[in-house]
Amino acid sequence: MLTRRTFGLALGAAALAPTVGHAVPARVLSIGGAVTETVFALGQGHRLVARDTTSTFPEAATTLPDVGYARALAPEGVLSVNPELIVAEEGAGPVETIDILRAADIPFVIAPDAYSAAGVAEKIRVVGGALDVADRAEALAQEVLGDIAAAQALSPKEERKRVLFILSAQGGRILASGSGTAADGMIALAGGENAITEFSGYKQLSDEAVAAAAPDVILMMDRGGDHGAPDEVLLNMPSILPTPAARDGAVIRMNGLYLLGFGPRTGQAVRDLNTALYGKA
Amino acid sequence: MVSLSETAAPADRRQTARAAHLWLLLLLGVSALASLGIGASGVSLWATLGKLATGDALSLSERVVLMNIRLPRLITGIAVGAALAVSGALMQGLFRNPLADPGIVGVSAGAGLGAVTAIVLGPLLPVTLFGPALLPLAAFIGAWASMLLLYRVATRAGRTSVATMLLAGIALAALAGAISGLMVYHADDDQLRDLTFWQLGSLTGASWSKIGIVGPVILIAILLAQTLGRGLNGLALGEAAAHHIGIEVQRTKTSAILCVAAATGAAVAISGGIGFIGIVVPHLLRLATGPDHRMLLVNSALLGASLLLLADVISRVVIAPAELPIGIVTAVLGAPVFIWILLRQRGVVDL
Repeated sequence: MLTRRTFGLALGAAALAPTVGHAVPARVLSIGGAVTETVFALGQGHRLVARDTTSTFPEAATTLPDVGYARALAPEGVLSVNPELIVAEEGAGPVETIDILRAADIPFVIAPDAYSAAGVAEKIRVVGGALDVADRAEALAQEVLGDIAAAQALSPKEERKRVLFILSAQGGRILASGSGTAADGMIALAGGENAITEFSGYKQLSDEAVAAAAPDVILMMDRGGDHGAPDEVLLNMPSILPTPAARDGAVIRMNGLYLLGFGPRTGQAVRDLNTALYGKA
Repeated sequence: MVSLSETAAPADRRQTARAAHLWLLLLLGVSALASLGIGASGVSLWATLGKLATGDALSLSERVVLMNIRLPRLITGIAVGAALAVSGALMQGLFRNPLADPGIVGVSAGAGLGAVTAIVLGPLLPVTLFGPALLPLAAFIGAWASMLLLYRVATRAGRTSVATMLLAGIALAALAGAISGLMVYHADDDQLRDLTFWQLGSLTGASWSKIGIVGPVILIAILLAQTLGRGLNGLALGEAAAHHIGIEVQRTKTSAILCVAAATGAAVAISGGIGFIGIVVPHLLRLATGPDHRMLLVNSALLGASLLLLADVISRVVIAPAELPIGIVTAVLGAPVFIWILLRQRGVVDL
């Protein structure tokens, strides 16, 4: 925590003194990529003592100790980082671990997860409330809502582009997003239309179903390896070849946590995706 | 439980096996201390015991770590390790086959099917039935149901054919695997993650309430198994010969199958899929102390419990504060050691 010390030395202790009367938890454990991002966006990153495996942004988060995967937390591991407050995304667990943490008298705040603009704002408010920085959280929530609204204003009302989100194209098998996913939420926010609405969640599509969905654009996470096939391979897959997306070479790749995290960068991500879909207004 | 009179086994091996009781008990004691004393948090067992001795109050975190985390984990580890190892020994004796383990009578596949059903279809229930107990309950029911089904299939006119059971077990495992696959297809992202972690096994969820339900089942199964040593020794000669030397063949088979179903079902329910203990522990002991089941069943329980406790200690410190699923630890450590022992004993062609 070098930055924190320099800051304290430069500005004197007064700048760091808590502005509220009661004790503010100084040792915070953050569970969930979007939650951690929010903690940093609220300028409270210095209070974190540990994170979970999915917390990979910003860079500073990755230097914190990792207590494991959010849905399979070990109680003793969590206790060993000595947190005074735990802020977790919805779905953190298992229940047995949370029971033990409650028995150990550690406040456990769960930030709701919903794939919408209101959901992001609510998440930011809950995290901010838990960290005792409700005012900053409200400001950040308004900023993100404003960003999303501005991006949505740019997108056309008619003729929305049909977007196919591909989670994995490993070995030519297309694992695509249906409704009810983070990808579906982002596509809607950015003014696109999900090409697949027949099922919910991520499922493998048959080649013919991909062709029949006729996406105008393919959206993927930019990750390496076989899962994110390079464009020339992807667009020449028999399932993709007949689609408008292959004809136009329209493939958009974005960072997974940035695109699907529904954290404080959602506004930017929506704007980026909107620009990628429809070009600059 | 251990009588020395009837058969004329080589005296030295029986001596070794009896001495092994003591050594393994000692090993279990050491493992138990390690399990209570080592963990991600800085809570020290000795300091806490000192506090208890002098009557000082424990801090909240000391009490929670020792009483709510490490102690239930210790007991769960002993119960699960002993259950898996004894089940393996019983299966290998019953099928007269060194490859047999609880997986082979479809118990593991049935439990897996129960677990995946609970994970995937549980949220669809109109009310949350049983809460977090739904998953272990479903795994236990899956294990029992598949075992009883197999037993019915393999039993004709009061006689159980172990060969039929073996083959039907393989078919049932394939069927359960296919239905599990259907569930997996239906599952969402988070459920898939839960399922993967469940299959790798963990003692993380250990709690007093689970021990209260599962502990007695495992205890009874292991105790009952200890009475089957003589019968299994007889079965090693073949069923007809066993019958002629006065062994109640059918009773031995039925008891062994029920013990395995109860012990494995309960163990899998509480800890998920932990491989390798069931097959390695009895083999190690047979190589070291001979094949007498009367000794083997006791020693398997002790060694299985110790190994699982040690694996659990490793799983919780190796990437602390996170935790490695224990199934990974048992396989990564167990497999090379097992192969090394097999290579050293190259002369032993028939296990």
